[in-house]
Amino acid sequence: MVYLTRKAEFSASHYYHNPDFTLEENRRVFGKCNNPNGHGHNYTLEVTVKGDVDPRSGFVVDLKQLKETMQREVLHAMDHRFLNKEVPEFFSRIPTTENLAIAIWQRLAPKLNHARLHRVRVYETPDLFVDFYGEA
Amino acid sequence: MKAYLTRRYMFSASHRLHSDAMSPDENVATYGKCNNPYGHGHNYALEVTVSGPVDQSTGMVCNLVDLDGFVHTQILERFDQQNLNTLPEFTETVPTTENLCLAIYDILQRGFRQAHLEKVRFEETMMNSFEYAGGGELRR
Repeated sequence: MVYLTRKAEFSASHYYHNPDFTLEENRRVFGKCNNPNGHGHNYTLEVTVKGDVDPRSGFVVDLKQLKETMQREVLHAMDHRFLNKEVPEFFSRIPTTENLAIAIWQRLAPKLNHARLHRVRVYETPDLFVDFYGEA
Repeated sequence: MKAYLTRRYMFSASHRLHSDAMSPDENVATYGKCNNPYGHGHNYALEVTVSGPVDQSTGMVCNLVDLDGFVHTQILERFDQQNLNTLPEFTETVPTTENLCLAIYDILQRGFRQAHLEKVRFEETMMNSFEYAGGGELRR
C-alpha cells in the first residue's frame, strides 16, 4: 500500500451562524466569526489517496486525473465563493473547517476510480487544520 | 462524524541536556554541545491534535477559544521565555524534546476536558520533530 498526497489552494469567505441559536448565543459561541458579512481565508487542501502500485504504470493513481477531479469537484465549487451562500452543503451546515473537510471528502470519495481516499486535510490558516478519514 | 483538529503554537525556551545519573564525561559524550552548562534555546513549535464527533449545532470538534485559552494559560504562560531546567516538570527528567512531549501531553490530558486529546507534536528546529500519542500508535 502506497499513500499519495496532492495539494491545492483555494480562497473563500464564510461566517458561522446557527439559526437555532439566539443572536446572543451566536455571538458568544462564534465570536468574531459570526459577522454576517463574512470573512475569508486562503485554504490549503491536501488529499491523500492510497492503493497498490499498478505494475504496468507504476502509479497508485493517475495524478492528472486526481488533479482534475479535485479541480472539478472542489475548487470549481469553492474557490472565490462565499461558502454559506454558494455551496449547497453549507446552506444548512455551518462552514467550519471540520465541516469543510467532511464536505470535500463526500464530494471526492465517490469520484475516485482506482485509488481509495485515505485522508482529507484542510488548513484554514498555517496554524489550524482539520483531518477527516471518513469515520462515522 | 469524527474529525481531528490540530492547532499550532510557538514558544521559546532554553534548556541544558544533562543527566545526574551520568559522569561528566558520559554527559559530554551523550549530549555533546547540548551539555553546555550555560544552556541554549529553541523556538519550539507545538501542535496539539484533538478529536471527536463534529457537533452539529456548532460544526466544531471543540471551540478553539477553549483550546487556545487552555494552552495559553496552562502551557505558554508557564513555558514561554523560560529555562526548562528550572520548571517542576524537569526536576527529575532531562528536558529533551521527547520529555517535553510527555510533559505537555500530561498537562493537556489532565486538564483539557472539551475534546479527546489525540496527540502532541513538537518541532524543536525545522530539522527535527517529535510526536506522542499517550503510548498508542499514531493515526496516519
